[in-house]
Amino acid sequence: MTRYIAKRLLGALVVMWAVATLVFIMLRAVPGDPLEAMLFDSGAGPETIAVLRAKYGLDDPLYIQYGKYFVNVVQGDLGSSIYGSRVPVTQIITESLPRTLSLAGLSFIVALVIAIPAGLISAIKRHSWYDHGFTFFAFLGLSMPDFWVGILLIIVFAANLQWLPAIGYQPLSEGFWPWFKHLILPSIAVGTAFSAIVARMIRSSMLEVLKMDYMNVARSKGLLEPRLVMVHAFPNALIPVVTVMGIAFALLMAGAVVVENVFAIKGLGRVLIQGILNRDYPVVQGAILVVSAIFVLTNLVVDVLYAVIDPRIRFE
Amino acid sequence: MQTRSNESSIGAAPLLDVRDLKKHFPVTRGFLLQREIGRVKAVDGVSFHIARGETLGLVGESGCGKTTIGRCILKLMDPTDGSIVFDGEDVTSLDRQGMRAFRRRVQAIFQDPYSSLNPRMKVHEIVGEPLWIHGEERNGAALARRVAELLEVCGLPRQLADRYPHEMSGGQRQRVGIARALALKPDFIVCDEAVSALDVSIQAQIINLLEDLRDEFGLTYLFIGHDLSVVRHLCHRVAVMYLGRLVELADADTVFDSPLHPYTRALLAAVPVPDPAIEKRRPHEVLAGEVPSPMNPPRGCVFHPRCSHAIDSCRAETPALTEPHPGHVVACPVVAAKA
Repeated sequence: MTRYIAKRLLGALVVMWAVATLVFIMLRAVPGDPLEAMLFDSGAGPETIAVLRAKYGLDDPLYIQYGKYFVNVVQGDLGSSIYGSRVPVTQIITESLPRTLSLAGLSFIVALVIAIPAGLISAIKRHSWYDHGFTFFAFLGLSMPDFWVGILLIIVFAANLQWLPAIGYQPLSEGFWPWFKHLILPSIAVGTAFSAIVARMIRSSMLEVLKMDYMNVARSKGLLEPRLVMVHAFPNALIPVVTVMGIAFALLMAGAVVVENVFAIKGLGRVLIQGILNRDYPVVQGAILVVSAIFVLTNLVVDVLYAVIDPRIRFE
Repeated sequence: MQTRSNESSIGAAPLLDVRDLKKHFPVTRGFLLQREIGRVKAVDGVSFHIARGETLGLVGESGCGKTTIGRCILKLMDPTDGSIVFDGEDVTSLDRQGMRAFRRRVQAIFQDPYSSLNPRMKVHEIVGEPLWIHGEERNGAALARRVAELLEVCGLPRQLADRYPHEMSGGQRQRVGIARALALKPDFIVCDEAVSALDVSIQAQIINLLEDLRDEFGLTYLFIGHDLSVVRHLCHRVAVMYLGRLVELADADTVFDSPLHPYTRALLAAVPVPDPAIEKRRPHEVLAGEVPSPMNPPRGCVFHPRCSHAIDSCRAETPALTEPHPGHVVACPVVAAKA
């Protein structure tokens, strides 16, 4: 197992290198240039631009730029934003990543809290009114864009009822409640759509397991319904569910951009969008590198979880 | 072949008495406003009893309702109508307490040893869980000892207790299933196609094991199967089913040597004889047509469309069970008329 994880981590490094290189090339392949974006209406002459270009190393040939970038990244230096006070990219990321992780983590919990009971009951009481009703709400949840749900939540709970703040973020170091109350609405907005997906997955996976003979065996042992479901059925139904949850979590990392915007949370998504609009190469490269690292790690965690869930799966 | 050794120990009072058992599955159409458009009559009025220590074979082709009967007896599904009396108590109306006791006394061995063991549980958990649940043994070391004993009774080395099902062969898995069924010292075991999924060589071993256990623990079996030679070897009496109905029931030897119902005769004739000379000479009664849909079974005797002996009354009314010889029950007006 340790060997397997080590091998996978090594593979992860290769993937991240490929991502970094691809992003590096693609950023420079698209039209537009950071200095043009920066000095668009400042009236700076070509000389100023040339000076700045030399200052940021943007006049070097691409392979030199790439070499410098690569050497710095290996040393943990992601460069600095080419804007304003030249904030280091690592600092931008350490500021925005906790916000995105908080939002993704809470949305994930919201999704599970809704999905597990909903999916289990739908499977056990298949074709009941509950099941049909839940199917309806699942599709409703999936059909409503999360940012729109977010706006509705703001209107009801922030603007009208004034129970919760509409926008903003407080770090966890300011206390749990300030942190939590800012994240309740955005996590519900993001979490409900995922809960629909996960619940449907739990339902179909459970239906598969409930048909198995070992469920009849368990029943004939004289087990009661809660133990049947929680000990014999649900753990066996988890494999596809964990797969979907892994993908969902990774997608939340970069996918909550619009919701982050609605709630004015300056998370990784917002950093990324702004970076792309400004042609801020170092910021975009750094942010994408972090997102890809999270993707790769989440996948690794999911694969390791398989072995924990199902004793038939063993890694070399 | 005939080694039904404990025939003498069969008691007179039935351990299990099934009366007019019916299990109909509604077929519905529509999403929100469902309406019933028909019923699959999986089991349609079947009666039989099993004496203590006896093994009753239940045979018939796929879909004739034999497994459904087994599941109703095991309380894995509720019958639509009829009664199932186990040791003097009606199983269909058990309360929670009674249900618990019933689960201890009635166990099952299922067909597929691959799907009938929970893949996430080790052998000692599978075999030990019933003991633990029913409060027989809550002490870890003692439970492990009990499990090891049970495995050994079933011919498995005790070291297997720490294995997962996927680490064992089909025969070993089925032995685990049997050890599990025996854990609570039941009186009655439903063997639902218990050997059908195994290789022939393993089948023989498992059948011998079932026989030994029957003699050792005084077990009563309902043996559901479609392999006629296995059924003849293991069972004292045999019931033959067709499309949810019982067509014939008698001693195993009587059913196999002098069957009366045309369906039983056709079923037995379909079994090839290993001697080519005899195989060539013996009469072959090949059934025409297919088994009709249980959703829309034929009127009268359900077998009449395929029966070469059918008379007018077969098409008109459901044949009653008659007893041409003591202990030999058959549902066929033609046979009844001859007797």
